[in-house]
Amino acid sequence: MNRTASSLGKDLVGIEGLSADQIVSILDTAEPFKEISERRIKKVPVLRGKTIVNLFLEPSTRTRISFEFAEKRLSADTVNITATGSSVVKGETLVDTARNLEAMRIDMVVIRHGSSGAARFLAERIPSNVVNAGDGSHEHPTQALLDLLTIRDHFGKIEGLKVCIIGDILHSRVARSNIFGLLKLGAEVAVCGPMTLLPTGIDALGVHVFRRVEEAIEWANVVNVLRLQLERMKAGFVPSLREYNRIYGVSTARLKKAGPDFLVLHPGPMNRGVEIDSDVADGPHSVILRQVTNGVAVRMAVLYLLAGGMPEQAEAAKQGDVG
Amino acid sequence: MSARTILFQGGRIVDPSQGLDGVLDLLVVSGKVAKVGKGLEAPENARVVSCEARLVLPGLVDVHVHLREPGAEHKETIASGARAAVAGGFTSICAMPNTDPVIDSPATVGFVAAAGREAGLARVYPVGAISVGQRGEQLTEIGELVEAGAVAITDDGSPVMDSGLMRMALEYSRAFDIPVADHPEDMGLSRGGVMNEGLVSARLGLQGKPNASEDVHIARDLLVAELTGGHIHLQHVSTRLGVDLIRRAKARGVRVTAEATPHHLLLTETSVEGYRTDAKMNPPLRTEADRAAVEEGFLDGTLDTLATDHAPHHYDEKEQAFDDAPFGIVGLETALGLLLTHFVEAGKLDLLALVERMSLNPARAFGLKAGTLADGAPGDVTVVDPELEWTVDPTAFHSKSRNTPFKGQVLRGRAVLTVVAGRVVHEL
Ligand SMILES: [Zn+2]
Repeated sequence: MNRTASSLGKDLVGIEGLSADQIVSILDTAEPFKEISERRIKKVPVLRGKTIVNLFLEPSTRTRISFEFAEKRLSADTVNITATGSSVVKGETLVDTARNLEAMRIDMVVIRHGSSGAARFLAERIPSNVVNAGDGSHEHPTQALLDLLTIRDHFGKIEGLKVCIIGDILHSRVARSNIFGLLKLGAEVAVCGPMTLLPTGIDALGVHVFRRVEEAIEWANVVNVLRLQLERMKAGFVPSLREYNRIYGVSTARLKKAGPDFLVLHPGPMNRGVEIDSDVADGPHSVILRQVTNGVAVRMAVLYLLAGGMPEQAEAAKQGDVG
Repeated sequence: MSARTILFQGGRIVDPSQGLDGVLDLLVVSGKVAKVGKGLEAPENARVVSCEARLVLPGLVDVHVHLREPGAEHKETIASGARAAVAGGFTSICAMPNTDPVIDSPATVGFVAAAGREAGLARVYPVGAISVGQRGEQLTEIGELVEAGAVAITDDGSPVMDSGLMRMALEYSRAFDIPVADHPEDMGLSRGGVMNEGLVSARLGLQGKPNASEDVHIARDLLVAELTGGHIHLQHVSTRLGVDLIRRAKARGVRVTAEATPHHLLLTETSVEGYRTDAKMNPPLRTEADRAAVEEGFLDGTLDTLATDHAPHHYDEKEQAFDDAPFGIVGLETALGLLLTHFVEAGKLDLLALVERMSLNPARAFGLKAGTLADGAPGDVTVVDPELEWTVDPTAFHSKSRNTPFKGQVLRGRAVLTVVAGRVVHEL
C-alpha cells in the first residue's frame, strides 16, 4: 500500500508528535465510522483477522469499553488484560510484558498505564502498532481526538475557537493532549484551576491562564471540565471539595456569562456537584454524551489508519470492500 | 620491598599540593613517595615506567560513591566498584552508607573497610550514617564509627530533614574532625518528583522537583553549620541559587565544602526527553542556567570537589517506565575523560586546577592521606594519556552496571596506569 502524508506511522503515542494534517485526517476518517454505530448490525470486516490486546494496567472502564466496541465493530479479535488479572502485580516488568506480547505475534496493543512515557516505552520495543489509551500524566490522544471531533461537529471548525480547560491540569493527560491538538488546529487555548494544580511552565506551551472560572467562561466558546480526583484533596492540592465546587465548579449561575453558542465537555466520569453541577451536565450546552459516541468512531478511525487504511478509503471501508 | 618501588620517568607531573607542573621523574619506594626531581636513578629491582607524553597525577579521589554492598551485590560489589575506580584513575573512594543494612554501626563500617582492603584495588573509605538506619531520628554512635574507620557521615540517598538532628550531628562531629555530608533536598517540596520541575516536565507529564527543594535545604545546612562551627559538605549541587548561597557562605567563613558532578556540569533536563531513564538522577538535571552556574561555581572553586555520585543500577531496573526506574548513573569510569575533554581541552580549566578538584580538595575535605605527591605521601599515582581517544562503551565497564547517559561519547584522555601504594592496580 502506498502511504501518504496522512498515514499515522506505526503508533499513536500522543498528539504532540502529530501534524495538523494527520489530526484532520483522523477526524475525517472518523466521520464515515460514526454511521456504523447507527446500523442494526454494527460490524464491518475491516480488521478481520487482526489480533488486538487491550493492556489496561491502570483501571479505566470507559476507555477500555470504548476501545473494545471500536475493535469489535471493525471485526478484530480482542483480548483484555487488566492490572488485577495480570502478572504485572506479580512483579513482571513492562519490558517482560512487551516481550511476551511480541512472542504471541499480536497486531496491535492498546495500552493504559499509570506512568508517563509507558506507551512510548512499549512502542519502541515491539513491532506491533501501539495505541496510547492514557499514560500517567502525559497524554490521552484518543480522548483529545474525540473532543476535537465533538467540537468540530458543533462549530464546523476548530480554528479561531476559544477553548478553556478547567480543573486539575497538573495531573491531567487529557489536558496535555487537548492543548497540543487544539493549538495545532488553530484554536486559542486557556486553562483555569487552582494554582496548585497548574504545572510550572504551562504558559510556555502557549496557553492563557485564568485564575477565575467566571473570566474563563466569559472568554470561551468551549469549556472542557476535568474530573477532580478525590486523592488530590487528600494530598493537599485543594482544601476541600466544598471549596472546590464553590470556587471552580461549573454551575448554571456561572454559565449566565457564557455566550449563546457555548459547549460544555467533560471526559467523564463526572463528580456531579464537585467540578460540574448536574443541571450543567444534563443541560442544553452539554455535549458529554456526544463525546462518548464520538469516542468509538475516533478509535475506529485510529485503529483503521494504523492498520494501513487510508483516509479516503474509509467511506468504502464501511461497505467492507477494502482488503 | 622492591615490588612496590616504581620510577615514573619523564612524565608531566601535575601536583597542586606543591604547585608543581613540569616534566620530572617521580620515585615511589616501598609504597611511598620518595622523591620528585630531574634525572632520578632507579633503585635496583625498581619498575621503570616511561611516562613521556603522559600526565603523572596524585591518584584521584572520589568522595561520593555508592558500592551497593552489602545488600545489592547484583548492582555492584565493593570489589567491582574498586575495580571501576582504578580503571577510571581513582585511587581513593568513599563508600556511601545507604546500603542494606545501612552502614550505621562499627561492625558494618569495619566490614566495608575490610572488603575494600581485600579487594586490594582502590582504597575504600567507609562513610557512616548520620542517623540510625538513615531514618532521620537518632544519631549513630559517631565516635565509634570514626574509630572503626569512617571518614565522614551522611544519610545520602536521603537528606537529613530534621534541622535539630542536623545541628546535633554538626556539633557532635566537631570532636572527631570529620565532615557531615548532606544530600540537600527538602522532601516536602520535592515529593513525588522524578525530574526537574519546569517546561520539560510540564510537557512530558512527569512530576517535577523544583530548584527551591534544593535551595531551601542548602540554605538550612549553611545556617546550621554557621551556628555550630561544624564542617558541612554539600553533595551534588545542581541549582544556580544553591551555588550562590555556598559562595556567600564561604565568604562569611562558614566551614563548607561542596561537590559538582560531571553530569550536572555537562547535561541539562533536555536529556530526559524521550523518557530516557539513564538521565534520571537525583538531584535532577536542571536548566541551562543552572548548569552554567554549576560550571561557574566549579571553575571559581565554590564547588571545590568533583564527585561522581557513582550510582550503579542493574539494567533491568533502568529498563522501565520513567516513574518506576531508580535514580542515578555510574560515573567512575567516565569522569576523568569527560573533565579532560570538556574542561581542560576546551580551555576552561587548567590541569593544575582540575587535579586540585579531583584529588587534593576531596582528600582534604574528607581528611584522607591522599591528593599529593609530596615526600612521604602514599604512593598513589594516576598516569594519564591525554591524547588517547576513546568511546564510552558501557559494555566494557568494569562496574557491574552500565547506566550512563554518556554512552557513545568520544572522549580524549584516559588513565593508562593506576598505582596504589606503589602497586600497579590498573594498566591499559
Ligand atoms: Zn545524594
